[in-house]
Amino acid sequence: MSAALIELSGIERVFHLGDSEVHALRHLDVRISAGEYVAVMGPSGSGKSTLLNLLGLLDRPNAGTYRLAGCDVTTLSAKEQARVRSERIGFVFQSFHLVPRLTAAENIALPMTLAGIAPLRRAERVARALQDYGLENRASHRPDQLSGGQRQRVAIARATIMQPALILADEPTGNLDRSTGEEVIRLLEGLNDQGVTLIVVTHDGRLGARARRQLLMADGVLEQDRWRSPQELTDACVLPT
Amino acid sequence: MRAPDLIRFARDAATGNPLRTFLLVLAMAIGVAAVVVLTALGDGARRYVLNQFSSIGSNLVIVLPGRSQTGGFNPGNAITSTPRDLTIDDAQALRRASAVHRVAPLAVGTSEISVGGKLREVMVAGTTPEFIEVRRLTLAQGRFLPQGDWRRGVSEAIIGAKIRDEMFAREEALGQMVRIGDRRFRVVGVLASTGQGLGMNTDELVIVPVSLAQAMFNSNTLFRILVEASSRDSIDLAKAQLAEIIQLRHEGEQDVTIITQDAVLATFDRLLGTMTIAVAGIAAISLAVAGILVMNVMLVSVTQRTTEIGLLKALGATGATIRNAFLTEAAMLSVTGALLGCVLGLAMAAIIRQLYPEFPAFPPDWAVLAGLGTALATGILFGVLPARRAARLDPVQSLSKR
Ligand SMILES: Nc1ncnc2c1ncn2[C@@H]1O[C@H](COP(=O)(O)OP(=O)(O)O)[C@@H](O)[C@H]1O
Ligand SMILES: [Mg+2]
Repeated sequence: MSAALIELSGIERVFHLGDSEVHALRHLDVRISAGEYVAVMGPSGSGKSTLLNLLGLLDRPNAGTYRLAGCDVTTLSAKEQARVRSERIGFVFQSFHLVPRLTAAENIALPMTLAGIAPLRRAERVARALQDYGLENRASHRPDQLSGGQRQRVAIARATIMQPALILADEPTGNLDRSTGEEVIRLLEGLNDQGVTLIVVTHDGRLGARARRQLLMADGVLEQDRWRSPQELTDACVLPT
Repeated sequence: MRAPDLIRFARDAATGNPLRTFLLVLAMAIGVAAVVVLTALGDGARRYVLNQFSSIGSNLVIVLPGRSQTGGFNPGNAITSTPRDLTIDDAQALRRASAVHRVAPLAVGTSEISVGGKLREVMVAGTTPEFIEVRRLTLAQGRFLPQGDWRRGVSEAIIGAKIRDEMFAREEALGQMVRIGDRRFRVVGVLASTGQGLGMNTDELVIVPVSLAQAMFNSNTLFRILVEASSRDSIDLAKAQLAEIIQLRHEGEQDVTIITQDAVLATFDRLLGTMTIAVAGIAAISLAVAGILVMNVMLVSVTQRTTEIGLLKALGATGATIRNAFLTEAAMLSVTGALLGCVLGLAMAAIIRQLYPEFPAFPPDWAVLAGLGTALATGILFGVLPARRAARLDPVQSLSKR
């Protein structure tokens, strides 16, 4: 096993709703190595999104520590966390979250624009990304002129444009039909093949089964941390998709 | 985020909602235009009055009989209750002062003018040939009073433009004989029409030699003496010299009032200047209103763009970047509105000048700058609160909002 990219220990996340407390995550300990492909599964409300938000530094735990690449990121300032998000983490959302007034190319370039990267380098990388994701003819289209699959491809291109070590996808296929969803998952798996750590939240068992490791959540607790044997892995490839 | 990217981002955000942007820019523009137009009117009024005064004659010093009430207590006044009258001799004596260029005595009264059965009441001014220079009057026809002994005038009259029209209609006035009071005069000149202005309306005036006017009114006093100082710088000297001469002639009593046009002008200048500032202040209130509007619209915009803000944070934007983006947008809207308002205001002032050519409706520079500055300041100031709110939004909640 290679060095741990992510180390969660004793993570608690409690939401206060009026007088009642919701334990979205309870005493969570997880280690994920660089280059892993992990599916987070479980019923609705089991804490999958909360976990992903914590991993993406969009949220802070009430207790516990999160070490990213050996460095405790829970104690970082908001500004430093923003920098970690910018440089190391790419997000893919269920509802794409493209900026409607920006073109596909501008949406893809957005993380670089925010990071203050020079326009020339931006243009170069965006051109490559458009090619990689088959969007050359859609560069100047706005999101409302794109199909769902194209939108999610733009979103994935945007998530990868800063070449992050970690991609977090929250139900990336939730708003797509079966075949488009599979195409998107294959794109993400392709990134994983290139060494990017991929964590996908899904409640689709078939999609989750493609990952080498599955984290099964239930009521804020990690019920099962399942590694698939190489045997199963080959079987999964044989399965009709 | 780089500055050009920030500006482009803010511009796209602003143009992404054209109606909102239009309304904001309009509010700002109206505020600035109001400042520009109202100060143009105020300052125009000031300039108009100043112009009118200087058209009466420059370097003018006026000697009035009687001590001004505001002159303070004077023991001389306490003894002699009635001040001495001003006479032609006084006026003649004033010509000796070194700082004095011209002197014109003025005796004024009303009388009747009649010619060929037409009769009307007129204001009669008795004076000397210098009057036309001192008062900067122009003639439409003929000539002014001839030079000669101030005590022995010839029976010649100069009539105002309106008198000419009423008494002679289409006939030639020059050379005609008219009766003024119980004397007959030959019309030798007609004054150019000046229209309604400040001071004496010369269109309805008849000018005759001062000695004849005094005889007509059966008095040897003067209404006032008009003095033109030899230069602008010598006005004060002239004033002192005039006071000294009169005092000598009036047995040591300072029983005249000497006013300079500068003093009157300065009073009007101050008065109308204050009015302009007050008007500008009132107009600036509309700018504050525009600023509050900017704040509210930006707050609504922050709420509408919550998801976008959450996304930007997820993509690595810091709070500062988001704050700057919103501030830039508010500033851009304000700048656009302010510039537009400036152009609008200047155009309106130009239209006013076109419609009323004699009214110099130019906005003062300070007002234009203050208008622009206030617009920018309020726009940015009122943009701070929404920008900070945007910067503090929780990304998770922003993103989960649909
Ligand atoms: N901001 C929040 N405030 C209150 N409760 C929340 C909040 N976010 C999530 N929860 C609660 O935490 C639990 C886990 O939510 P979530 O992680 O979104 O579940 P999942 O993504 O697995 O469907 C749920 O019971 C949810 O109601
Ligand atoms: Mg969820």
